Amino acid sequence: MPDLGPHAAFIIGAYAIAFVVLGMLTLITVVNDRKQARMLIELERKGIRRRSTAKPLTPSVKTKIIKSKPARAAAKRKPTRVRKPRT
Amino acid sequence: MISLANPTRFLNLVGAVVPWLAALIVILLGTGLYLAFFVSPPDYQQGETVRIMYVHVPAAWLAMGCFLVIAIAALGTLIWRHPLADVAAKAAAPIGACFTFVALVTGSLWGKPMWGTYWVWDARLTSMLVLFLLYLGLIALWQAIEEPGRAGRAAAILALVGAINIPIIKFSVNWWNTLHQPASVLRVDGPSIDPALLTPLFVMGAAFAALFVLLHLLAMRTEILRRRVRALQQTQVEHAVLAGA
Repeated sequence: MPDLGPHAAFIIGAYAIAFVVLGMLTLITVVNDRKQARMLIELERKGIRRRSTAKPLTPSVKTKIIKSKPARAAAKRKPTRVRKPRT
Repeated sequence: MISLANPTRFLNLVGAVVPWLAALIVILLGTGLYLAFFVSPPDYQQGETVRIMYVHVPAAWLAMGCFLVIAIAALGTLIWRHPLADVAAKAAAPIGACFTFVALVTGSLWGKPMWGTYWVWDARLTSMLVLFLLYLGLIALWQAIEEPGRAGRAAAILALVGAINIPIIKFSVNWWNTLHQPASVLRVDGPSIDPALLTPLFVMGAAFAALFVLLHLLAMRTEILRRRVRALQQTQVEHAVLAGA
């Protein structure tokens, strides 16, 4: 390290502040990143998934829903007319 | 670039790039510090204090560059509605604020021995302070509005208005009579600094730029994960409500 002369405190202070601020920023960024990744894994472990990655309904389940009694009855039912009220 | 619009592909890219970037930063920073303290000669006018330039100038470059990234991302949010645009802007704001803070403080510490004062209200210093306040405003705006889409659009408008400040910072030393020295690196007729001082400056600049890219990628990944966690928590609440009904 060269002799920094009478202004050494200013030079060292500038480097110290720069490295402390940028070091803290790096640390906070990494900690936040890991925290969010952990939270996501935790939620997925509980079986909660996004719609895009959620397990689709199997054909047998779909068939059961379609062939169920209330579903068939709803399909047969004629749409009801709605009369316009007389003015 | 279009393939990176997919957040999942973007996350995979970040995972692959981050270790290499971290290694590059260590090498560049090590080399830059060695050049700054052991190779760079003292300036004929400023003496040893010129070494402050190797952290002050790269921090100032990144402070302005980061706001340009936010302004471009703001265009992406408002015009193309790119899925990663407001994520990029939100992730860049705290990093830009830190670089601006470092530029202001190190400039102040350089100003005291050279000008005899820590602070003067001249055009360059004041416009940099305005940049710092703009970063704080953007961060506050994102914190104040809960819905990310609305917050992104509001912040994009503020970022585009605030981008006017970037050319003001750059040309303030030419337009007004300031205590701050005029541009000596990014000039039409080339740098006016001796190569012995310029090389460490460029190496430290590259190290700071690589650090910015690394932090920005990590912060963007964090923001994407945060939004996924938020969506899953909402799904969890919906499931709980349906189970209760």
